[in-house]
Amino acid sequence: MKHAAWLAGSVAALLVLNFALLRLFNPYIVQVVMLCGINVILAVSLNLINGYTGQFSIGHAGFMAIGGYGSAMITIHAGSGWAAALAAAGIPTGLAQAGPLLVALVGGGVLAAIAGYLVGLPSLRLRGDYLAIVTLGFGEIIRVLILNIDAVGGARGLPGIPGWANFFWVGGGMLAVVLVARHLATSTHGRALFAIRDDEVAAEALGVDTTRYKVLAFVIGAFFAGVAGGLFAHYLSYLNPNSFTFLKSIEVIAMVVLGGMGSVSGSVLAAIVLTLLPEVLRPVKEYRMVMYSLMLIILMITRPQGLLGSRELSLAMFRRRRVAAA
Amino acid sequence: MAEGGALLSLDAVTMQFGGLKAVCDLSLDIAPGELFGLIGPNGAGKTTVFNVITGVYAPTQGRILFEGRPIQGLKPHAVARRGITRTFQNIRLFGSRCCRDNVCIAGHQHAGAGLAAAIFRTPHFERDEARQQREARELLEVMGLSQWSDTNAADLPYGQQRRLEIARALAGRPRLLLLDEPAAGLNPLETEELMHLIEEVLRRFKLTILLIEHDMRVVMGICRRIAVLDYGLKIAEGTPAEIRTNPKVIEAYLGEEVEADLGAGA
Repeated sequence: MKHAAWLAGSVAALLVLNFALLRLFNPYIVQVVMLCGINVILAVSLNLINGYTGQFSIGHAGFMAIGGYGSAMITIHAGSGWAAALAAAGIPTGLAQAGPLLVALVGGGVLAAIAGYLVGLPSLRLRGDYLAIVTLGFGEIIRVLILNIDAVGGARGLPGIPGWANFFWVGGGMLAVVLVARHLATSTHGRALFAIRDDEVAAEALGVDTTRYKVLAFVIGAFFAGVAGGLFAHYLSYLNPNSFTFLKSIEVIAMVVLGGMGSVSGSVLAAIVLTLLPEVLRPVKEYRMVMYSLMLIILMITRPQGLLGSRELSLAMFRRRRVAAA
Repeated sequence: MAEGGALLSLDAVTMQFGGLKAVCDLSLDIAPGELFGLIGPNGAGKTTVFNVITGVYAPTQGRILFEGRPIQGLKPHAVARRGITRTFQNIRLFGSRCCRDNVCIAGHQHAGAGLAAAIFRTPHFERDEARQQREARELLEVMGLSQWSDTNAADLPYGQQRRLEIARALAGRPRLLLLDEPAAGLNPLETEELMHLIEEVLRRFKLTILLIEHDMRVVMGICRRIAVLDYGLKIAEGTPAEIRTNPKVIEAYLGEEVEADLGAGA
């Protein structure tokens, strides 16, 4: 019952926020907010792998690409027809799109999670730098594969994806990933992940199946990266392999490190800051990326443990901040 | 369980690293409820014995039976689930977590609620979590660590870290507890306290302890039976009194100290 009330409340709040956003702000600001939200999902999901479990993965853009292209293909080949049929049957457009979009997002997430499982398994023998190289290779393989598959548009990109995703969906994705991350952190399963990060040998000696939990972190992290990719696809209506380069993975890592390894609210904050920063710096024109890099360097020198270290903001503070950012 | 119901028996266990035999043809039987000491000079292979028992290494040869079932070749977490937990010579706590979490992590294997239950916070999960937290508090209380409950393990004083290692190993509800040099780095007073603590643990938790220790006072003081390793070979086994008078032991291990003591006295 508590869960149902919570769910209904979140849906209502997201609907209101979405409505307000579209009414009160111009499309540019709406787009920045959407990208903030998608980056929040990416950063928190990577935090499960890099921050919680201490596995250094730099292939997050690969999972995002799989989710993005996977969900786009689901919608193009099945979802849009389904939505049209529902709309023809007299169901309101928003509702008619909701079902197919949800299926596409979850489907994309599941595809990415399967990839996460496959990457996770062989990489378990590897640690630190070696794992980083494997995940880097994985991300690049995915990008090059997409570049060469004509059915998904190859280098031309994939146009014609219905632009169904709005802030209701992005906000829902953010809520879901934050909820999963926080609930995980305060459960026996999350403690097992932290144990692996702190001392793998001791964790194993105390009965933690480290193999299983490392794969689990990869699977959950990849799932939400896939969902973020799906939202990205259904918001921009167009996908291009160049959106999923190595640089995208690095950007997400920067968010996790800047926010603080293992801090969910830190990842949220850092994702928002690092998405807004290039936009705020637009007036300085060609010096924009120089300033961006410089600010990153200064931030990391002054707070090497990240904005929040391993702490969390209180829930009340966190809510205030997110509304303020929106 | 051929050997009259031994809890743990090592049967001709050999552990070879390349050309080096760290443990050679070692047979040991440890009875339930026993406090068994394993001693030997530096590099005698004591910690390797622990690593072989707990599954860090699979023995090159030989069998290890725990409660009559073979455990050699099992992964460490599987061995822990069978009921053997350990502490580490060089402290290996989960430094970024508080003491309570450290203890809870070891209770992990006894957690009933699955991943989905944890994410959706089902009543089953809430009950399970409350039980784990309660058990962790009780264990910290018994070990005299209550006041440090919310302190990060890395911030504890050294002596308390040693204690927390033992508390954490106990949280796994072992039937056999392996202590790897628990007195290393402790001052004489702390060592004294530790000896009482180990005896208390043995009594209260009704388990069996296998102890590696460098400090002869500790081993001779609390162990009923002792085995001595030298260069991977078991050279003696018996009561503290027998070990103290065994010429082989004196030559291999105590001898050095006796000579050193004599030298210092002269």
